[in-house]
Amino acid sequence: MPKPSTFPNMVITLVVVTAVSAVALGFVYQWTKEPIAQARLATQLKAIESVMSGYDNNPVEEKFFLPTASGDSLACFPGKKGGTSIGVAIKTKSSKGYSGDIWLMVGLDTTGTIRNIVVIEHKETPGLGSKMTSEKFLHQFLNANPAATDLRVKKDGGTIDAISGATISSRAFSEAVKLASDSYQAYGKDH
Amino acid sequence: MEKTISAKENFLKGLVRENPVLVLLLGCCPTLGVTSSATNAIGMGLATLFVLVMSNFVISLVKNVIPDKVRIPSFIVIIAAFVTVVQLLMEAYTPALFEQLGLFIPLIVVNCIVLGRAEAFASRYSVGASVVDGVGMGLGFTLALLLLGSAREVLGSLSWFGLKFSESDGMLVFVLAPGAFITLGFIIAIMNGLKKNKV
Repeated sequence: MPKPSTFPNMVITLVVVTAVSAVALGFVYQWTKEPIAQARLATQLKAIESVMSGYDNNPVEEKFFLPTASGDSLACFPGKKGGTSIGVAIKTKSSKGYSGDIWLMVGLDTTGTIRNIVVIEHKETPGLGSKMTSEKFLHQFLNANPAATDLRVKKDGGTIDAISGATISSRAFSEAVKLASDSYQAYGKDH
Repeated sequence: MEKTISAKENFLKGLVRENPVLVLLLGCCPTLGVTSSATNAIGMGLATLFVLVMSNFVISLVKNVIPDKVRIPSFIVIIAAFVTVVQLLMEAYTPALFEQLGLFIPLIVVNCIVLGRAEAFASRYSVGASVVDGVGMGLGFTLALLLLGSAREVLGSLSWFGLKFSESDGMLVFVLAPGAFITLGFIIAIMNGLKKNKV
């Protein structure tokens, strides 16, 4: 039978249960801390690798922050080969998505031309906004010269065809790419 | 007094007769939320299975020293601890799946299947029976989720476990929330139909 519900009994039980749980979680946290950090790093490296190729340095170690026009800053991973810069991978985001933030990794060469883009994280509607990972939509951005291309959806006066049924997601995606491109044009050349 | 139940009966009830999703209709939030693909469904099912077995085990072990009035808070703390363990392990070793399931992992804490089994079974039966109950219920949950996830992925994305078998688009509605309700409704109807014919 359970112990009687007297005040000391209840207090002792709750204290013991929470204390034991807390200690156990502390151990698990210590144990998984290293693997979690490695998993996060691997995800980041994979994203950098898929937007930039041919570098022989460690872009994560040489990471710097690029200021944006709105006073924010973007994480920027420089790629170098034999000491000379071959481009950057910029982690950029937009908060104007249909649900939650959209995180992208944008690869630029030294002239600022877009080489590749990968979506790191998004929570857009499956089947609609999620199509921003599709070849057809992404292709519009590739090899775009930032000086000659207006990286906005056509509805806003730009040159990008929005995904049908997902104007908001397309707009957010374009905004994130434009943010990276613009800050590189404005501040990135010095690095 | 502890109640008793035969191990076989105990294990099988979770799979079919008292299937948590298809018969008891418990835990509909993760059921409907994460089953847009078979991979997600399996991941969610196994995470819940682990939490169920571990919390049933610990709760039936300590049931005699926990006063009745603080029973529920104690159970919740125990369940939450195991959920956090699952969350940390998944983030460390299956980061892609962790990313997909996102918020639904911490939400296992409030999954009524887990607390329901703790309250209705583990706090009344022996340790062994409680573990068997957890395994049975967890597998029943996983199977139901797999069934639902497979149906939705096949119809909605024309793929299974991420393997596409057709290039064209599927029926989008099955990937979205309404498709989850429709599919679950049909699966329950089929289950009930089969049961009626048998008896």
